[in-house]
Amino acid sequence: MLVISDALGCAAGRAAAEDRPLAAWRSVSGFAPPPIATAYGTLLNHRDALAALGDAVHQPPYKASPKAPVLYIKPRHCLAGHGAAVEVPADADALEVGAQLGIVIGAEACRVREADALAHVAGYTICSDLSVPHPSYYRPSLRYKARDGFLPLGPWVLGAQHVPDPDALEVVVQIDGHEAQRYSTAGMQRGVARLIAEVSSFMTLARGDLLMLGAGPKAALARVGQTVRITIEPIGTLEHRLVAEGPA
Amino acid sequence: MKHARIAWAGAVHHAVADGDQLRLANGTRLAEDQVVWLPPVVPGTIIALGINYADHKKELAKELSFSAKDEPLAFLKGPNALVGHRGQTRRPAAASFMHYECELAVVIGRHARRVKRAEALLYVAGYSIANDYAVRDYLENWYRPNLRVKNRDGCTALGPWLVDAADLPDPQALGLRTFVNGELKQHGNTRDLIDDVPALIEYLSGFMTLSPGDLILTGTPEGVVNVNPGDEVVCEIDGLGRLINTIVSEGL
Repeated sequence: MLVISDALGCAAGRAAAEDRPLAAWRSVSGFAPPPIATAYGTLLNHRDALAALGDAVHQPPYKASPKAPVLYIKPRHCLAGHGAAVEVPADADALEVGAQLGIVIGAEACRVREADALAHVAGYTICSDLSVPHPSYYRPSLRYKARDGFLPLGPWVLGAQHVPDPDALEVVVQIDGHEAQRYSTAGMQRGVARLIAEVSSFMTLARGDLLMLGAGPKAALARVGQTVRITIEPIGTLEHRLVAEGPA
Repeated sequence: MKHARIAWAGAVHHAVADGDQLRLANGTRLAEDQVVWLPPVVPGTIIALGINYADHKKELAKELSFSAKDEPLAFLKGPNALVGHRGQTRRPAAASFMHYECELAVVIGRHARRVKRAEALLYVAGYSIANDYAVRDYLENWYRPNLRVKNRDGCTALGPWLVDAADLPDPQALGLRTFVNGELKQHGNTRDLIDDVPALIEYLSGFMTLSPGDLILTGTPEGVVNVNPGDEVVCEIDGLGRLINTIVSEGL
């Protein structure tokens, strides 16, 4: 099954259904984001991302390494489509690009076992989870992550049957054509199935919800005027730009 | 006017308060206990405030790791958390401290972007009561308050009504009370909000667009105590009614 962004109607639908390369559509702007219900993010899931904090995880304010998945929500106006121009707030030098795999739920997941979890996945997409860089994971302000347009995703949702092993995907980030980050989803502390199982133990994931697997270590930074490309094969490539915030 | 969303006779209806009854669009009158109450709003983005009453801040002081507060402590919730009036909320069997939080809920009525305080209330459709439970056993110091504490299924009761903003011209002077099994356990007044409703709308709309159906749960005053299966928790706010919720064990 392929779930398609609906902005271009039949044209985009055919392109994806025929698995034509995204390059054929790069000149086309105006993709809507996939129709996501609620977007949940996972922080510090990659082993190296957590390890990079070193002993700080045991110091105040954290006092212990995280036990449960560290989750957050991106509100609805964060969602942006492939090709989006995302506004960078005037007081931010650069944005952190949380390039990661997006898991789109196809069947309600409530208290699912790890062994059954993948059956609840409709497909996968590419997420550019943007943040204003911030020093603390304790109680960060929504200002850093919840801004309009701060979650470009797409260009589409690739059906789960086309992604036999979501825990062995390479994520490649390019900023203005130069490689800025490369990591594998194999480095996650919790793989896709385990993450779904643990999250759904206390929180039902509904059909259409997005659960992001978590960003890799050493996230790339991007500035106004730059173009971000994130490639996760076999899904494809998500591209978006950063622009200066408009006047108040 | 007071609006409700209810399920009755196999369908979901919009209803309005008519005396102590509910009236459907077709004129049918129903008693409060004849219907299933749904959250009065199909939610968009759900924003909640932590530590927005000075007295509650003092109550939590021991476990707080920050000193000065420079901006509202806002966090987000998912729609999975909501349950309507007369609903049930499950208490994890292993939990030692689960508490209610009676809160004034603001329902946004118009798209709001960079709204100034003086105009902020024009963007409000109405108000409701939220009881935003927390299971403190699961508190961790990463992206507080973490979702395992504050975004559990059915742990945010909302209702009974959406009360039109026009019927509540001053949301800044409303008494809040929580009763557990009929005993008053928590009381406060929205005049003691650290960041009041216009301030919250100005703050939030400064960096994110608010849209119709978005909810702002404005925080809770002091007086939170543990609740157990079987407890009936009633949250009351002047002019908004009484929101009833029952705690059940997770085994059910």
